[in-house]
Amino acid sequence: MTTVSITARPLLGRRRTRNPLVIGLVRHAVLIAVLLVMLYPVVWMVAASFRPTAEVMNSLGLLSRNYTLDNYRNGWSAGQLDFSRYFLNSIAITALSIAGNLFACSLTAYAFARLEFPLKRVLFGLLLGTMLLPYHVTLVPQYILFNELAWMNTYLPLVVPKWLGAEAFFIFLMVQFIRTLPRELDDAARIDGCGHWRTFSRIVIPLSLPAIGTTALFTFINSWNDFLGPLLYLNRPELWTVSLGLNSFLDVTGESAYGSLFAMSTLALAPIVGFFLVAQKLLIEGVATTGLK
Amino acid sequence: MKSSRTGREGLTAYVFLSPWLIGIVLLTLGPMLYSAYLAFTNYDLLSPPRWIGLDNFRRMFTADPRYLSSVRVTLVYVAVSVPLLLIVSMALALLLNKGIRFLSGYRALFYLPSLMGASVAIAVLWRQIFGGSGLVNQVLGVFGIERGSWVGNPGTALWTIVTLNLWAFGATMIIFLAGLRQVPVELHEAAAVDGAGPIRRFFSVTLPLMTPLIFFNLLLDTIHAFQAFTGAFVVSRGSGGPADSTLFYTLYLYQQGFAELKMGYASAMAWALVIVLAAFTGFLFLTAKRWVYYGDER
Repeated sequence: MTTVSITARPLLGRRRTRNPLVIGLVRHAVLIAVLLVMLYPVVWMVAASFRPTAEVMNSLGLLSRNYTLDNYRNGWSAGQLDFSRYFLNSIAITALSIAGNLFACSLTAYAFARLEFPLKRVLFGLLLGTMLLPYHVTLVPQYILFNELAWMNTYLPLVVPKWLGAEAFFIFLMVQFIRTLPRELDDAARIDGCGHWRTFSRIVIPLSLPAIGTTALFTFINSWNDFLGPLLYLNRPELWTVSLGLNSFLDVTGESAYGSLFAMSTLALAPIVGFFLVAQKLLIEGVATTGLK
Repeated sequence: MKSSRTGREGLTAYVFLSPWLIGIVLLTLGPMLYSAYLAFTNYDLLSPPRWIGLDNFRRMFTADPRYLSSVRVTLVYVAVSVPLLLIVSMALALLLNKGIRFLSGYRALFYLPSLMGASVAIAVLWRQIFGGSGLVNQVLGVFGIERGSWVGNPGTALWTIVTLNLWAFGATMIIFLAGLRQVPVELHEAAAVDGAGPIRRFFSVTLPLMTPLIFFNLLLDTIHAFQAFTGAFVVSRGSGGPADSTLFYTLYLYQQGFAELKMGYASAMAWALVIVLAAFTGFLFLTAKRWVYYGDER
């Protein structure tokens, strides 16, 4: 009896003082405040990119009486910089990277998830090990290798590693996904006379579309944002990506042309936000279930 | 009969594996061995590598103050930004956890910055925000506070990069949120009946159940933080300045290896980082038994 009365009292007392409506409002207020602080700079940048240069820097607000596209016109072909070219280059590198990752990662994942072969455990351990390996250790020797192959100022150093499955995380993601598919389907296909290649291309790949989509999206974001790779391998301006273009924009014009710089930054972020709007569910599920970042 | 079938399957498997196998030999294992060799040499791409024994490592720790600066900057950055990232991610995941309205909207908006955080565009924006007449100082000016440039001041430049990393906490938060939804409600109810308040319940029920995910995020976020590059490069215009205050390890490795073509020295730096990260990973896995909770021991 006594224990019940001791434990019951604070519980009831708490319930009376804490109104769920108030708690709910406080939670929403905190969340909205954090979101505002986080996202306001980006929204401000987008708004500033549509303001005349003189107004870009000296306004905290978003509104202006003289919206203009001048920043976009000037930024798109700023002196020796040519963003139309950089966007095409980025699109080409990104598309080839996505194709490469899907090719190599799905083949490798099928072998690890469905086939028995000698040294399987050793090789899978190696795969997991490379996920934790800092890229620095291969940076210098790869640079020397690609230099020897005369691949400088080509897209090969950025794209070929993807066709050779260098991004182990995506292989791991696909292995995990293929393992969840029922094996009875494979067996049925085998009884119908399908070899491994047909089982792979007709059964496993069509069923793995969520994992393939996640891999494609994250490869897109990584390649689009990549900076160190293009910085190392692309010296000729006509080969530059959007990332390199933005970086050198800052060198060429400095702080004076923030309007055009913001305009080009907005364009650089637009595809990421666009894919996010279309596929946010797939992206968030990818993070929640596999820990991709 | 069976062995010939598995033999054929093994052959098929290696056909499927061949792109990855070529990659791991030519792009990972081979280069690792080669860079282990280069770490003991002097090599500038023009003349062949010259064996110099441990000189690179000796120079790193005794004759190169900039190297030691880069180690200090990186360690401070990792030690501050990783715990901060985990705490903020956990706090917001908790706020979002209990049947809140508009959950998917909040989750999506919090997640969006982690897709953009590594981009040059955001680093460019950061340079403006924390510049002398940037957004932050304009806001402070409204309250009558005058401040100089945050990115131009050696005392504050590193913290602008810490906020850039923190800004992209969404992915970590989503992993925590997914874990919080697995915590059984009955455990909370039982603890509440026993008189545990919300804070006590968090530390005695939620936190122990979340340790596997804390372990995972701590490991990945730390490895990630050690490799920070783009933000510091863009904000400091490749210099790691002012006064080497944002000279991240990777940035200094880039300067030494690819601007000054000291390929041997850069390889030695890379291997020092591998050894430190391997030690950290090993330490984490060894201590995991003590603090990571993997379900009931039956």
